[in-house]
Amino acid sequence: MNQLWKMDPNIKKTKNSADSANYPEAIQSPSQFPDEVLEKVLSMLHSHKDRSSVSLVCKDWYNAERWSRTKIFIGNCYSVSPEIVARRFPRIKSVTLKGKPRFSDFNLVPQNWGANIHDWLVMFAKVYPLLEELRLKRMTVSDESLEFLAMSFPGFKALSLLSCDGFSTDGLKSIATHCKKLTELDIQENGIDDVSGSWLSAFPDNFTSLEILNFASLNSEVSFDALERLVSRCKSLKVLKVNKGTGLDQLQRLLVRAPQLMELGTGSFQQELMFRHCMELENAFRNCKNLQILAGLWDASYVYLHVLYPACSSLTFLNLSYATLRSDEFTKLIAHCPNLRCLWVLDTVEDKGLEAVGSCCPLLEEIRVFPAHPFDQDINHGVTESGFLAVSHGCRKLHYVLYFCQQMTNAAVATIVQNCPDFTHFRLCIMNPGQPDYLTDEPMDEAFGAVVKTCTKLQRLAVSGLLTDLTFEYIGKYAKNLETLSVAFAGRSDWGMQCVLGGCPKLRKLEIRDCPFGNAALLSGLKKYESMRSLWMSACNVTMNGCRLLAKEMPRLNVEVMKDEEDDSHVDKVYVYRSVAGPRRDAPPFVLTL
Amino acid sequence: MEMGKAANYENELATELRLGLLGTDHHEPEKQSFPSSLVIKSNKRSSSEMDYNSSDKCDQDCAPPPKAQVVGWPPVRSYRRNALQQQKKTESDVSGMYVKVSMDGAPYLRKIDLRVYKNYPELLKALEVMFKCTIGVYSEREGYNGSDYAPTYEDKDGDWMLVGDVPWNMFVSSCRRLRIMKESEAKGLGCL
Repeated sequence: MNQLWKMDPNIKKTKNSADSANYPEAIQSPSQFPDEVLEKVLSMLHSHKDRSSVSLVCKDWYNAERWSRTKIFIGNCYSVSPEIVARRFPRIKSVTLKGKPRFSDFNLVPQNWGANIHDWLVMFAKVYPLLEELRLKRMTVSDESLEFLAMSFPGFKALSLLSCDGFSTDGLKSIATHCKKLTELDIQENGIDDVSGSWLSAFPDNFTSLEILNFASLNSEVSFDALERLVSRCKSLKVLKVNKGTGLDQLQRLLVRAPQLMELGTGSFQQELMFRHCMELENAFRNCKNLQILAGLWDASYVYLHVLYPACSSLTFLNLSYATLRSDEFTKLIAHCPNLRCLWVLDTVEDKGLEAVGSCCPLLEEIRVFPAHPFDQDINHGVTESGFLAVSHGCRKLHYVLYFCQQMTNAAVATIVQNCPDFTHFRLCIMNPGQPDYLTDEPMDEAFGAVVKTCTKLQRLAVSGLLTDLTFEYIGKYAKNLETLSVAFAGRSDWGMQCVLGGCPKLRKLEIRDCPFGNAALLSGLKKYESMRSLWMSACNVTMNGCRLLAKEMPRLNVEVMKDEEDDSHVDKVYVYRSVAGPRRDAPPFVLTL
Repeated sequence: MEMGKAANYENELATELRLGLLGTDHHEPEKQSFPSSLVIKSNKRSSSEMDYNSSDKCDQDCAPPPKAQVVGWPPVRSYRRNALQQQKKTESDVSGMYVKVSMDGAPYLRKIDLRVYKNYPELLKALEVMFKCTIGVYSEREGYNGSDYAPTYEDKDGDWMLVGDVPWNMFVSSCRRLRIMKESEAKGLGCL
């Protein structure tokens, strides 16, 4: 592609003239290349951001891009409509769709809010009969939709459902029965009706194409016999994540059938094993030479962890977020995992466990520490600032952190980001809302100030603890690359939110709950919201008048309000997003589009 | 500490008519009030009138109000929250694997945490100290012959086994309870 620029000066001119963000129709330049060549070249572009840029160059490039695009990513399903997508892109094979606002994961969005996949599927069946992949996040999917999907796309290969709701295991049965070319079935953390495990038995006997199977989050037991036969005949299986009902002896049999696995999610790790079977399981792990990712380990009994040791040295990602290991147990395990790049754990490992991480895992880039007892009042459990410090000290390549803790200090965070200045994702959750620095009793402003000043590559930030408007002054001033900001129980006045909206040039997603930000703050972002994907505000001080004004001034934004039950003027939740599709037609009665 | 803060808090509530959080309000004159989400699973209004009513209740309480559970906080996905709550019910005590230990002739039983020990010698040493006895050294052929006492255990099948025959990890996972038998009785187990 670079060489093309050098050869033909006309192309350079075209590129410069695209600096005006006007619609491509206004600029037309004779392309030096036949369309097929341009399409061929553009088909090598995969990043959807690059493709967006390319499509703005000129009309020819816009057309070449739309004909050559096979994968589409829609971050907000309501920002566009199925009709618009179908019109623009004739040759789509892979669709990624995200629906509800992220706070729906925490029960802040009522049921039946929307984001239903069905209308999309109907359009796809019409326009993209060759559709192969569908990846959905926070969408509502019914069994009927799954059946429709299974019957409408004969070449369908990959289905991934994360944090979705509305379907049951019956829907999965349709997929297993009809999708003859399925390579991927990835069902993660959905709110579904787990009727029975018989769906797994619905894969036909001559079905062999599966490469990725993840049913870890389903509770009902599947037929082990069916599972074993399935794993046996799918020789290309690379990822297998079974559910809790699969015991250790069964795991051993599966591993023997699939030593080529790269990613494994075990079932329950607690069952009684005779010594002989223990040895066999350890050998099975020894024979899995390609294992890089390990997860599951439900109810992990320390007694059996040693069977994992032979496989640990090649592990790059270890997910222990459902294994309640104590620090001494965890320390022994982590000592065998020197090549870890990514670690998810529960805070039962405590600070001592995290010290071990700092010592044993110098290549670590991502760590997530989840709370084992998030609603427990007992503050003696879990992790503190010293665990985080220890990790930052030993793991200088750290760039992604999600950390739930009981206490934190400004000084600790300042040291942490000195140790690890390359953070791109910094998500700190001090679990008691509005809690100050526990040593100095001051707000946590300086902590997040240090984060945004030091970590220039920061893309995602979640703040917590006692925070004044000063935190947001820092964020607005320093966080030049920030794209996603999550705020809860923070700030003093409208000024805080105004600072963020006035700064942060790359802000795309802003989600706020329980903060004293009102109409002035909301309206200060008028111009900005069109360059963002969405804004969420709940339990703030916004009123109907403020939202109405926003909707009036910015017709290309959808302003959706969920009102306070008792108080007509007060707004409980407002969701603002840009859209080329206009107000949505499927809004439920409790959602008002202004 | 909690009681003192609670008393101040209640005083403030009586005059301020606002629902703030414990421990957050002392340093600035501008109080930070967190609106409605502070009350879990209720459809209460967020207006200050409702807050006033609940502060009445606070004045009458003697104990400080527990940390209020907030809807959707901490931000843990529903799936994960449910899964962990289930585990909490089914998992064995995270802090140990406690088994009863009885000794012939002793008036009461003891309990020990098997997870604390790394191997048999450590366990046997601990038992010797706890019961002030000598257990001696294990041999495959002779059991604990030559010592006053022999350690035995009941396994998951309900059988009484001699401690030391199987690998440590296997023992830990199958041991239900321990019994330190007098050597005279244990002789029957030792010679097979």
